[in-house]
Amino acid sequence: MADQSSRNPSGGGEQWASRIGVILAVAGSAVGLGNFLRFPGQAAQHGGGAFMIPYFISLLVLGIPLCWAEWTMGRYGGLRGFNSAPGIYSVLWPHRFAKYLGALALLVPLVIYMYYVVIEAWCLGYALNYVTGDLMLGSDAAAYQAYFDEYIGKGANGALLSGPHAGSLTILAITFLANFVLIYRGVSKGIERFCNIAMPLMALLALIVLARVLTLGTPDPSKPAQSVVGGLGFMWNPHYEELKDPQTWLAASGQIFFTLSVGFGIIINYASYLKRKDDVVLSGLTASSVNEFFEVCLGGLITLTAAYIFLGESARGQGTFDLGFKALPNVFAQMPGGQVIGVLWFLVLFIAAITSSISMLQPVIAFLEEGFGLKRHASAAILGLISAMGCGFVVYFSEGMAALDTFDFWVGSVLIISLALVQSLLYGWALGIERGAEEAHLGAHMRIPHFVQLMLKYVVPVYLAAIFGMFCWNNVPSADATIATVPGLHSSELAEGPAPEPLVASLASQGREIPGVAAVARSDESGTWALVGPEGGLLRLADSPAGLEVIEHKAGYFENTVNSPVALNSIAFIGVIAAFLLLLVHIAGNRWEKEGRLQYRK
Amino acid sequence: MNAQGLFIMLISVGTVLALTVYCMYRVLNLPPVEMDDITGPLGIDTQDTVDAD
Repeated sequence: MADQSSRNPSGGGEQWASRIGVILAVAGSAVGLGNFLRFPGQAAQHGGGAFMIPYFISLLVLGIPLCWAEWTMGRYGGLRGFNSAPGIYSVLWPHRFAKYLGALALLVPLVIYMYYVVIEAWCLGYALNYVTGDLMLGSDAAAYQAYFDEYIGKGANGALLSGPHAGSLTILAITFLANFVLIYRGVSKGIERFCNIAMPLMALLALIVLARVLTLGTPDPSKPAQSVVGGLGFMWNPHYEELKDPQTWLAASGQIFFTLSVGFGIIINYASYLKRKDDVVLSGLTASSVNEFFEVCLGGLITLTAAYIFLGESARGQGTFDLGFKALPNVFAQMPGGQVIGVLWFLVLFIAAITSSISMLQPVIAFLEEGFGLKRHASAAILGLISAMGCGFVVYFSEGMAALDTFDFWVGSVLIISLALVQSLLYGWALGIERGAEEAHLGAHMRIPHFVQLMLKYVVPVYLAAIFGMFCWNNVPSADATIATVPGLHSSELAEGPAPEPLVASLASQGREIPGVAAVARSDESGTWALVGPEGGLLRLADSPAGLEVIEHKAGYFENTVNSPVALNSIAFIGVIAAFLLLLVHIAGNRWEKEGRLQYRK
Repeated sequence: MNAQGLFIMLISVGTVLALTVYCMYRVLNLPPVEMDDITGPLGIDTQDTVDAD
C-alpha cells in the first residue's frame, strides 16, 4: 500500500485556506436546484409533512454517515499524495483494479457538468429576462410553457442555433467560461473565495424572497383558501397513509442521497485538500446541516407556498423544470413586486447551480494534474474541450430534452447510486471501520458514535443496493397501469366516436380530465379499443369483471431509449467518454506504479 | 394549515435551524490552527498557474 504522508508533488500541493472555506465549498456543491425545486415537489407528492419522517431517518442512517465516510476517505488519500479518485481508491484498496473504479468518480461529475451548466445558464437567462421584463407574460400558464419550450429549443434538434432565443447560447458561453475562470484560479483562490461570498449571498437573497412570500396574505379574496397559511398547509399538512407506500420511503431516501451530493466523487476530492489535523467530523456535519438549511428552511417554505397561493391545487405533482421554469414565473407575474422577486429567485438558483458546477470540474482537473503532471493551464484546456463537446451535444439534441434526460437518468441517477455503493464498500470493507474510525477522529472536534461505523459497514451498502434495485425496477421496464374502472360498461357497448359520458366521468373522478375531442377507436389489427387524445395519446380499454378498465402504458427508460436515436447516441457518447477516462486512468496508473507511488498487496 | 402540519413544520425547520446554528457556532469558535499547521496556499504560492507548458 502506498503510504506516503507527503503532498502529491505534481498535484500542485493545494490546500484549503480556512475551516469555514471548505465547509462552504462542500455545502455549495451540495446546494443546488434540487434543494429549492425537487425537495418541495417530492414532499407534497409523498405525504406532505409525513414525508419528513422517512426523510430525517434517511438523513441519519444514510446521508450523514456517507458524508463522514467520504470526508474521511478523501483526507486519507490526500495525506498519501492523491487528490483524485483513481489514486485515492488505490490507497484505500491496494489492488490493480481499484484505480479503474476511480474512473467512475471522474465520469459522474464530468457528464453531469455537461448538462448541469446548460440548466445553470437557463437560470441566469431567466434572471436577465426578468430584468428586461420579457418574462412578465401575464397569468396564462400556456404562455410560460411555450416560452420555456422555445427558450430551450424543445421543439426540434438544433432549434437553438437559429431560433428567437439564440442569444441564450451567449449566456451559456458566459456561464461556461465563468466556471472555468473560477476553477482555473485553484481550490483556495477560486472555489473557496467564491463560495465564501456566494453562499451567504444566496442565503440573503433567498431570505428576501421568503419574506416576500410569507407576507403575501390572501392576494385574491375570492379564493380565501389560497393564502400563505393555505400554502404552508399544502406543503406541510401530513398524510400519514402515504407512509405505507414504499414509494414514499424510496423518494425520501433518494432525495437525501441526491441533495447531499454523496456519490458524486466531489466530497472525496475536496476533502483530499485537508491537512492531517483538520477536522472532518464536525466539518462534514456542518456542511450537511447547511445544505439542510437551504432545503428545509428555505426550499420547504418558499416554493410550494408561493405556487399554491396563485395556482392552487395545480401546483401539486409538478417536476423540477415545470415548477421552476413554468409555474413560478407565472406566480411572479401575478405577485406584487414579482419582477424584482423573479430576478432575485433566479439569481438564487443560478448561484446554487454554479457553486455545484465548479465542484464537478475539480475532480477531473485534479486527476489530469496528478496523473500526467500537467499544469493548471493544460488540464483546464483539456477538460474545457471535453466538457464543451458534451455541452454542445446536449444543446444541439434539444428536441424533447432527449439528450439531457438520458444523461441525467443514466449518469445523474444510476451511476451516482452505483458510485455511492462502491464508496461505501471501500470504506466499510477495504479501509475497514476500525481504521476508518481512527482516521475520522484524527483532529476531530466531535466523536462519531460506534454504531454509525457498524451502519456504514452493514446497513448502508444494503440500503443503497435496495434503493438502486427499486429505482431501476420503477424506472427501467415499461408497465401498464389501470388508472380507472368504469362499472357496468363493457367493450361490446362501445362505438367509434366521442368518448361515452360514464368513461369521461370516471376519469375525471381520478383527476384525469380528458380533452373534449378525445374519441374511442378500435384497432383494425388487434381489435382492441382505445381512447385517442387529440395529440395521439392512447389509453387502452379492456374488459374486466368489475367493468371497463382504462389502462395507461408507461414507457420505461429502456423502451424510451431503444426507441430514440438521440437517447442511443447519448449513451454511446457517455460510453466513449467512459472509455477515454479508463484509458487515461490506465496510463496514469502505470505512471504512478513506475514512480513507486502505488504498491499493491501481493 | 392544520395543527399537525404546523407542528411538523416547526419541528422540522426548528431542528434543522438549531443543528445548523450549533454546528456553525462550534466551527467558528474552534481554537486557531497551530502555527506549524499554517501552510495554506495563501502562504505558499504553488506556482501552478504560471510557467504553463
